[in-house]
Amino acid sequence: MIQFSQSAKDKVEALKRTYPTKDACLLPVLHIAQKEFGYISPEVMEYVAGVIGVSPARVYGVATFYTMYNKKPVGKYHVQVCTNISCHLEGSAKIVDTLKSVLGIEEGQTTKDNMFTLATVECLGACGFGPVVQINDDYYEQCTEQKVKEIIEGLRKK
Amino acid sequence: MEQILLKNVEGAKLADINNYTAVGGYESAKKAITSMTIAQIIDEVKKSGLRGRGGAGFPAGMKWDFVPKDFKGPRYLCCNADEGEPGTFKDREILEKNPHLLIEGMIIASYAIGAELSFIYIRGEFVKAANTLESALDQARKQGFLGERIFGTDKKIDIVVHRGAGAYICGEETALIESIEGERGNPRVRPPFPAVVGVFSKPTVVNNVETLAAVPSIIKNSGQWYAAIGVPPKNTGSKLYAVSGHVNKPGVYELPMGTTLKDLIYNYAGGIKGNKKLKGVIPGGSSTPVLLPEEIGVSMDFDSLAKAGSMLGSAAVIVMDEDVCTVEESLRLSEFYAHESCGQCTPCREGTVWMTKILDRIEQGKGEQGDIELLERVSANIMGNTLCPLGDAAAMMMLGFLKKFKDEFALHIKSGRCPIHKK
Ligand SMILES: Cc1cc2nc3c(=O)[nH]c(=O)nc-3n(C[C@H](O)[C@H](O)[C@H](O)COP(=O)(O)O)c2cc1C
Ligand code: SF4
Ligand code: FES
Repeated sequence: MIQFSQSAKDKVEALKRTYPTKDACLLPVLHIAQKEFGYISPEVMEYVAGVIGVSPARVYGVATFYTMYNKKPVGKYHVQVCTNISCHLEGSAKIVDTLKSVLGIEEGQTTKDNMFTLATVECLGACGFGPVVQINDDYYEQCTEQKVKEIIEGLRKK
Repeated sequence: MEQILLKNVEGAKLADINNYTAVGGYESAKKAITSMTIAQIIDEVKKSGLRGRGGAGFPAGMKWDFVPKDFKGPRYLCCNADEGEPGTFKDREILEKNPHLLIEGMIIASYAIGAELSFIYIRGEFVKAANTLESALDQARKQGFLGERIFGTDKKIDIVVHRGAGAYICGEETALIESIEGERGNPRVRPPFPAVVGVFSKPTVVNNVETLAAVPSIIKNSGQWYAAIGVPPKNTGSKLYAVSGHVNKPGVYELPMGTTLKDLIYNYAGGIKGNKKLKGVIPGGSSTPVLLPEEIGVSMDFDSLAKAGSMLGSAAVIVMDEDVCTVEESLRLSEFYAHESCGQCTPCREGTVWMTKILDRIEQGKGEQGDIELLERVSANIMGNTLCPLGDAAAMMMLGFLKKFKDEFALHIKSGRCPIHKK
């Protein structure tokens, strides 16, 4: 049986006091769950449903609607390249190709060592500084082929 | 014009409340809460002419006034910080560099509509901005500007940061409301409008970040003062223009409403990169119809752009140089709308997928005779036949590209290849 850490449990209790309904805690609790367990598996959905007091079907419906909740495991670094219009104009296609060859994987795949998952995403709201790549919580802006190679090297050494 | 929203943001570290109060921060909230009536506040905001900066340009004072005065029970304010419209990156500037200005605007707006609890709905990817907001909110609580008995009165106002989780549609106000309630982001049928039945079924006002951040200056200087900036009487104040694409100096520029598109591109944003020619420009975010080089004399305000057949939208200016393939760029956008459609309405769900398929084959050199007319028909069938404006947005984008670049689409079909990428 999976369990939240004590600090996560405390956060959930605070959320329940903050929101006018228990249902409204669902998105923030799913964010906490993703931090705790890495991704939102069916088991996590069931656990979250119990924590909040809603049906598992309800949690499933919400978790599958929002793209940021990973329904499959992802690598330690989730590399997401914006390919929407402004970034595309600045050459995001080349950035995707570079990352594919540096990581040796295709879009949607994870490296064998579970270090990196590569994905393309829609506009990240930083369009003036494209191409934009988001890795976990951090934005990397004005990316060049050289720059993304260095970023990946740096993360490999970490 | 003196800057209102981004004044002092470079270097002054305004996210620290001490620096913000040192330049007069929270004086407007204090003034509103301790010395003004609700009617006076709404009146000032009406006089300012402030129109919503999220896209639709609805007058803010009028929206606040729609909240039923005699309603017993909670009302809510929701700040829309979803910033999802492709090309748009203006609100992040306020969220990260001037969070207290937004919080101050929200305190005033909360008081004006009688809300004790408010939400900032921020897109999930903006982790840094969400953290900045959380710490700014803590600072404001410690100073007694938020929480119980604010500014020494008996009033109670607090603000919660609610993170989205990756869904463009949640920027649409009724989907945003659903998302705060912990639901899938499916837009609601209107009426009832949020001002009457909104979040948690209570009267609700949804306003964009930039709209709310303009409020403290109006309370400080008067509505009349604000209304003198820009293009009075209907397009007033300062505006954040976010310029991206093929310009030398992309970025966010705060300028008087009504600055010309030409001035923005060639003066502020430093002109086209590599001295290339301009091919087209999207003036207000991906949903707004594209303009040609000969149309950039237009004043960047709500009414002038509408007259020019486009929209101010979120004022996200996307600049495309002569080497761009307009079939390819409209395909990128069509894919985006198909991906983000919530799927409730058939014309939007099916139409955007159709559009993408046709554009893809045209770009691959496999376009068929009649494809242009087919794209027009698909767009016309979406237009006005959906629950929320996402469907219309996709259709307007498509019709804009077809109208302005029909020859390029036709050449793709006729020559059986992309004339730009495969010469
Ligand atoms: C598909 C769609 C996406 C939208 N995205 C945003 C957004 O990211 N930010 C925003 O402020 N408004 C967005 N809007 C507009 C909102 O529905 C709403 O009009 C706005 O938040 C109202 O605030 P305002 O009156 O201050 O502009 C979007 C609308 C639609 C139809
Ligand atoms: S127009 Fe599209 S996004 Fe809007 S409600 Fe209908 S299907 Fe959903
Ligand atoms: S288009 Fe890439 S961040 Fe907006």
